[in-house]
Amino acid sequence: MNVKFEVLVQLKPGLLDPQGKAVEGSLPAMGWNNVSGVRVGRHVELTIEAESERAAQEQAEDMARRLLSNPVIEDFQILRAEQAGR
Amino acid sequence: MTDRPPRVGVVTFPGSLDDGDALRAVRFMGGEGVPLWHADRDLRGVDAVIIPGGFSYGDYLRCGAIARFAPIMDQVRGFAEAGGPVVGICNGFQILCEAGLLPGALIRNRQLRFVCRWVHVRVETAASPLTNEIVAGDVLRVPVKHGEGQFVASMEDVDRIEADRLVVFRYCSPDGSLAEDANPNGATNAIAGVRNDAGNVVGLMPHPEHAVDPDVGATGGQPMFASLLSIAVARAA
Repeated sequence: MNVKFEVLVQLKPGLLDPQGKAVEGSLPAMGWNNVSGVRVGRHVELTIEAESERAAQEQAEDMARRLLSNPVIEDFQILRAEQAGR
Repeated sequence: MTDRPPRVGVVTFPGSLDDGDALRAVRFMGGEGVPLWHADRDLRGVDAVIIPGGFSYGDYLRCGAIARFAPIMDQVRGFAEAGGPVVGICNGFQILCEAGLLPGALIRNRQLRFVCRWVHVRVETAASPLTNEIVAGDVLRVPVKHGEGQFVASMEDVDRIEADRLVVFRYCSPDGSLAEDANPNGATNAIAGVRNDAGNVVGLMPHPEHAVDPDVGATGGQPMFASLLSIAVARAA
């Protein structure tokens, strides 16, 4: 079976996110003065061919831990494609 | 004892830029520069390894994230675990952090801009392959050129890095004092370079390989390469 995933990768909460800060800093210039907490992350879509959904999920987590994120500085979240609305 | 010059390998990945200068710096300082290829599984009997700067694999995903899976990196890991001296410069530093051979990580510069300028670094410990011939406290002038050189780690990791004296270089003023404007990328605790616990692996964002030839500019890289070659000589013997 083919299982589609979306992997969201984000800098850990304690770390300053320079990109998020820059985006946040530019929003007031466009008239939006009520925005805070902007964090910029990474979004990876992928399809895994596996025996079972569970095997696919485990593989997705392994891949997210070992390549798609750097556990020293980033957290990740794995969504099934349909959960993410597609 | 052998009389041969120490052999220092320099790994070339797709997208490496500073492999040529690293090889040249090794030769300039009296060593034999040995080109190594990312797809090979052979370190060609070198006494030390340099992972040079550049943009390996286009910096895709994260800087250094793809390069750490290159075939040669298995050999580099084994060489490092056996106590061999390994140096990562700029992108090479990012690769060694991604590979888990050095603590911490490098993220986008705090000011979000690529920085290319001369900096001063203070040597914090002589216990590394780049500083064993240097006295702690010495200040060296070397260039930086990077967009993602801000050293970070979790608070616990930073505490451990400091407590275990793993910081090898800090950005500083010419007189060796720490100052906000001497830190080119917002690095935590002005950290420019760190080593591993065993003290045989070191990484730094500045480029000593661009600073060895007095005909070209400052020579702050000379003592670092002299240190590396002296360790490599000891291994060659």
